[in-house]
Amino acid sequence: MTDDKIKTERREFLCATGKTLASLGVIAAGGSLFAQGAEEETQTKAAKVSASFPTEDYDWTKHRWAYGIDATRCIGCLRCVEACKAENDVIGDANHFRTWVERYVYLEGDEHARVDSHSDPQNIAASGSEAKYRFDNRYKDEKVSKAFFVPKMCNHCEHPACVQVCPVGATFKTEDGVVLIDHEYCIGCRYCVQACPYGARFFIEEKGVSDKCTWCYHRITKGLDPACVEVCPTGTRIFGDLNDPSSPVSEFIKNNPIQVLKPESGNAPMCFYVGLDKDVS
Amino acid sequence: MTEVAPFTGYVYPNETIIPWGVLIVLYPYLTGLVAGAFTVSSFYHVFGMQQFKPVARFALLTSLSMMLFVPTPLLLHLGHAERSYYSMITPHLTSAFAMFGFFAAFYTVILLLEVWFVFRADNVKRSLRSTGLARIFYRAVTLWSDDLSPRARAIDAKWLLILAIVGIPSAHGLHGYIGFVYGSLKARQWWESDLMPIIFLFSAIVSGIALLMVLYVLSCKLRRVLLDHACLKGLTYALWGFLMFTIMLEGLEFANLVYKGKEGIDMIMVYVQGPLFWRYFVLQFGLGALLPVMLMSIMIALNTRGRVFVFGSTISALLVLMSVLLMRWNVVIGGQEISKTGKGLLTYPMSFFGQESFMSALILLIAPFILLWVLTRLFPPWVDRSGGM
Repeated sequence: MTDDKIKTERREFLCATGKTLASLGVIAAGGSLFAQGAEEETQTKAAKVSASFPTEDYDWTKHRWAYGIDATRCIGCLRCVEACKAENDVIGDANHFRTWVERYVYLEGDEHARVDSHSDPQNIAASGSEAKYRFDNRYKDEKVSKAFFVPKMCNHCEHPACVQVCPVGATFKTEDGVVLIDHEYCIGCRYCVQACPYGARFFIEEKGVSDKCTWCYHRITKGLDPACVEVCPTGTRIFGDLNDPSSPVSEFIKNNPIQVLKPESGNAPMCFYVGLDKDVS
Repeated sequence: MTEVAPFTGYVYPNETIIPWGVLIVLYPYLTGLVAGAFTVSSFYHVFGMQQFKPVARFALLTSLSMMLFVPTPLLLHLGHAERSYYSMITPHLTSAFAMFGFFAAFYTVILLLEVWFVFRADNVKRSLRSTGLARIFYRAVTLWSDDLSPRARAIDAKWLLILAIVGIPSAHGLHGYIGFVYGSLKARQWWESDLMPIIFLFSAIVSGIALLMVLYVLSCKLRRVLLDHACLKGLTYALWGFLMFTIMLEGLEFANLVYKGKEGIDMIMVYVQGPLFWRYFVLQFGLGALLPVMLMSIMIALNTRGRVFVFGSTISALLVLMSVLLMRWNVVIGGQEISKTGKGLLTYPMSFFGQESFMSALILLIAPFILLWVLTRLFPPWVDRSGGM
């Protein structure tokens, strides 16, 4: 990072802090006068907010979310998988994932990668439980010529096949570019699970509905990052707003030769990758 | 609880739960029998082919019995069956499946109307002849109209022709449409094919003809009446012709898949040579399609008659019924056993008991035949001495 950039960022930070403190002061001063009215208003707002997205203080026409994955940085620690499961209350087993990580290993002389992930019995055995996620150490005595990890998730495609095939319109693309499922409207036919070429969707047997990654819509509409991005210790996972040219994902796309998974599917994914290999599908 | 599918190679973790199970195998099978049985009925009711008269009305009842059960595997499969009507009140028109409810409902109405007109005269006579509850039942069925005048009969005939003509594209449209649901799914190479709707359609016709052959022979035995050989011969010829066409289409589709050799074909070849070999090449193609074609060819060439012909035709028909069921299985389950990664294969773990299991499928496969038995009791479709009026 250059000195100029650091200075700019520091200035921005101080500016933002100042503004926030000033705003808090105004609110605190006026707060007591309007406390009662504001409380009532908040309650009304809360009722409206819980009824539907986008929330009243979030305008979905002003954002266009996208996701970046730098596979060259991933160390396969799987904090993202664990954070996702916890944040989104995803079934704690080896068969239901909103996000998962694939390990690709070429041993010396291999023409094709050996791939494994969390459903692999050896990995389950290594972690000791289907609800804990680890990659085992199966290649420790082998001569590895190339190895890397590829995080996977819903690609929130521009032309999502899953949305196309839903017979009732329970799954839909939001104005800000996120593919969501209305669990109150899903009939549980699993046509969308079939249609997703990335295996990103799964069926929750207990609830009788399909499920998948939402890019933590409940977080991003509040200005937070998705849980997986938040916990990633290596900066593999990048998230941001394409409408903001200085957002992390805009910078990521601008500064890297990016790829998408299965472009031939015509789905036009909105997860952009760096560091994919020929065997990644 | 859904069972986890064992796998080899690499499959996406979410793929280890197979989304569409045995009930979704049954669903196109039943729909195919609906379309096929309707075809047989149309041979007589639309095309006026007299040799099919003995089974024409029975074929209609068969089609109706199957049709009334077509939605059941779907409803049982849904995570929220109570929401199924959403597809009718808010159909998402980009979905290949959004119109199913409308198509199915439309065809069911056409079928019910056709059955009503076909059996109207008989029901009027029964209502006049019977007493008590039976009289009330048949009076209600005839909608309290006992007009059998030549003018009324002419109107019946006119409506029947119209309904049959509308019925043919409806029945076949419904089944071709189901083929489209699979054929249009680009995420699965095993399904994605422009030929799929046509293959579904032709396999539906052969399954319906074969079913009628088996049921007709069986019913003659049970009713202890002489079998109409001209009718069975006609059915056999129809099965023979349509079956050859179906085999050619399926062969063509497989050849296309292999010849194009798109990404993922390596795993498909491992699959067809391994787990699929027996149930695809040996059972579906060999035993279920090529053997009956050869058997029927020999019988037709040698002009076989009598009991041998009845036996040979029935065996051929049974084999075809098995082959078409296997075809549905190999398409629906087969497609899901090939991983979307192109790097692995799964094995569908069918549970024996449960909502979507061998037992639920078996019950739903048997149930239409019980309904058919009831319907043939209430509305005897036979034109020989054991039925008709």
